Amino acid sequence: MKHRFLIVGLLLLFGLSSVWAQTEPPVVDSMVVDSTELFPAAVSDVQVVDKPNDHGHAVIVTWETSADDGGGKNNVLRYEIFYSTSFDGPFDSVGAVPAGTGEFRHIGSKEPLDSAFVPDYTDLFYQIDAVTADPTIRTTSDVLGPVQCSGQWFNTGRIPVLVAVLIFGLLTAFFVLSAKRGKKLYVRPIGGIEAVDDAIGRATEMGRPILYVLGLGSAADVATIASFTILGRVAKRVAEYQTELIVPTYDPIVMSVAQEVVKSSYFDAGRPEDFKEDCVHFVTQSQFAYVAAVNGIMLRELPATCVYMGKFFAESLLLAETGSLAGSIQISGTDEIAQIPFFIVACDYTLIGEELYAASAYLGREPKLLGSLKAQDWAKAAFVALAIVGLLAANFEWFEFTTLFQVID
Amino acid sequence: MRRQIPFGLVFIFGIFMVFQFFVPHEKSEWVYEFLLDWIIVIGIFALALGIWSLFKVSVEKIKQGKEGGNYSYITLVGLYMMVAFGFTQQTGEGWGLYFLWIMLCSACIVSLMRLRASTDSGKKRMWALASVGFLVAAVLVAIFDDAWAFFLYTPEGLENSMFEIFFDHIMMPILATMFSLLAFYIASAAYRAFRARNVLASLLLLAALLVMSRFNPVIPGAEYVANASNWLMNVPNLAAQRAIVIGIGLGIVGTALKIILGIERGYMGRG
Repeated sequence: MKHRFLIVGLLLLFGLSSVWAQTEPPVVDSMVVDSTELFPAAVSDVQVVDKPNDHGHAVIVTWETSADDGGGKNNVLRYEIFYSTSFDGPFDSVGAVPAGTGEFRHIGSKEPLDSAFVPDYTDLFYQIDAVTADPTIRTTSDVLGPVQCSGQWFNTGRIPVLVAVLIFGLLTAFFVLSAKRGKKLYVRPIGGIEAVDDAIGRATEMGRPILYVLGLGSAADVATIASFTILGRVAKRVAEYQTELIVPTYDPIVMSVAQEVVKSSYFDAGRPEDFKEDCVHFVTQSQFAYVAAVNGIMLRELPATCVYMGKFFAESLLLAETGSLAGSIQISGTDEIAQIPFFIVACDYTLIGEELYAASAYLGREPKLLGSLKAQDWAKAAFVALAIVGLLAANFEWFEFTTLFQVID
Repeated sequence: MRRQIPFGLVFIFGIFMVFQFFVPHEKSEWVYEFLLDWIIVIGIFALALGIWSLFKVSVEKIKQGKEGGNYSYITLVGLYMMVAFGFTQQTGEGWGLYFLWIMLCSACIVSLMRLRASTDSGKKRMWALASVGFLVAAVLVAIFDDAWAFFLYTPEGLENSMFEIFFDHIMMPILATMFSLLAFYIASAAYRAFRARNVLASLLLLAALLVMSRFNPVIPGAEYVANASNWLMNVPNLAAQRAIVIGIGLGIVGTALKIILGIERGYMGRG
């Protein structure tokens, strides 16, 4: 009985004590903490410079991190960067970087109405705050500046590209001139291109059409432009053999250009009356709707030959497999590296990468065009040599050589 | 002269584009963006040509009674219905006579196609009368029905629930279906590619098996298989890819130079 009272008494005591603990105001430590001790050290050695090789409206801010960043009180969490067009402010926040970082690129907008607009040729001032976990506890650096940003007229970071383009241009000019003077230039046989004539002959014998697909590229893509040239050659042969040609297009501009190319080929073949404008027609600008339409054409018309030249994406295998099911001879060519394996698997002949660009020269056999192919071959040889030297340089730490080719954007 | 002016323009703008790559200044960027805007402008005009081409080809298929010619009706009715949905929006409580209006518009389009496809003058007259009749009926419905309205110059039409329903619940599933076919085509293509017909094909099969079992933890020696397949992907495969990429890069520069200098003229016809 005594124990029961004791237990109940203890429970009441605990209960009352917990109530008392909640109602009692907290005990305030009489010792006063000096809040200035919590503030981190400010950043040092701050430099602000105009970002080089750009269109302006950008500044690079660099600094030595705070003594309390990774050491000392070790309480710096991030750095906040502020800027103003006046020394006296007001300063606007333009971004923050985590602790341990000593650089910030203030890339502003070039549109004057944009809130992120940074004016060119105007004095800009910066401040950097070292911020702790409590955002109110921070240390602001001195005001830095003025700095002015401006656009440059030459991107020095791209000098290696300019040199390479100039050398390649000179090589092209040299070989074109050599070819014009009558020098014989050997070009290795390209199986896919040599098969074009046979494929057109096959279509003629079978009395079935030839399907030419220009891909999903726009008329501004070099692969599509190369494809126009091949289309011209194919159309000329088609006109000579009086076979039907079907060119469904994805882009209306490509359609207009392709119509002109095919029409010219029929003129060149001396059969302008056989040209039908609708043989080159627009389908849609939706990727898979285009695939459905072209696959439908394949299965209904059963073309003897399908030619795919240009830019292709996920639709490459859908097209090539359907062509294979339709029993067509298939020739493909693309510079989309991810699609090349699909074409190799599903097509009879595939032009791999650069062969697409070489095809027009190979088909034309014109000395001027062959000259540019030779320049490409020499450039490739130079690349191989430079790659070997670069490999050695990187392994033996000849950084003077490797940095020569560094392109900085 | 008809050919010299385009070649001159190609040369001037081609050279400008080459130099623009090395000139980051704002003024150079402005000209670059201005020229790129012209592609959009030309594209809009070309789209009208494209739609006209699609219409002509579809009607021609109907006219010739070719196999699959009936699909042309679906193509054109679908095309014009989506345009109609895009310009109209529900404004009242219900849809009123909206569906009747859509049916009348579709009937008018089909009549126009039949009119263009007909060769017999009697039939031509009949289809002409039918198309005018459907058009007048559609206009009358549009005038007297207050449940919906036209929005020719504002984006309200695109908020039309019919437009969204057709796009989200018909167009998107169809496109997804087409894309999903890729899985089956990959399987059939892989079967053809991986047949061990000779030494090289057998090596390809072996490499493919290694790469495919890269993320399979169940197979014995999974760590070694993963390392071997990673090596295959990162060393020989990447080296070959880089070689192709370098070739493509040189090919692009070479072709661009030929176009700018007027050596390559095939894209302009009469190469």
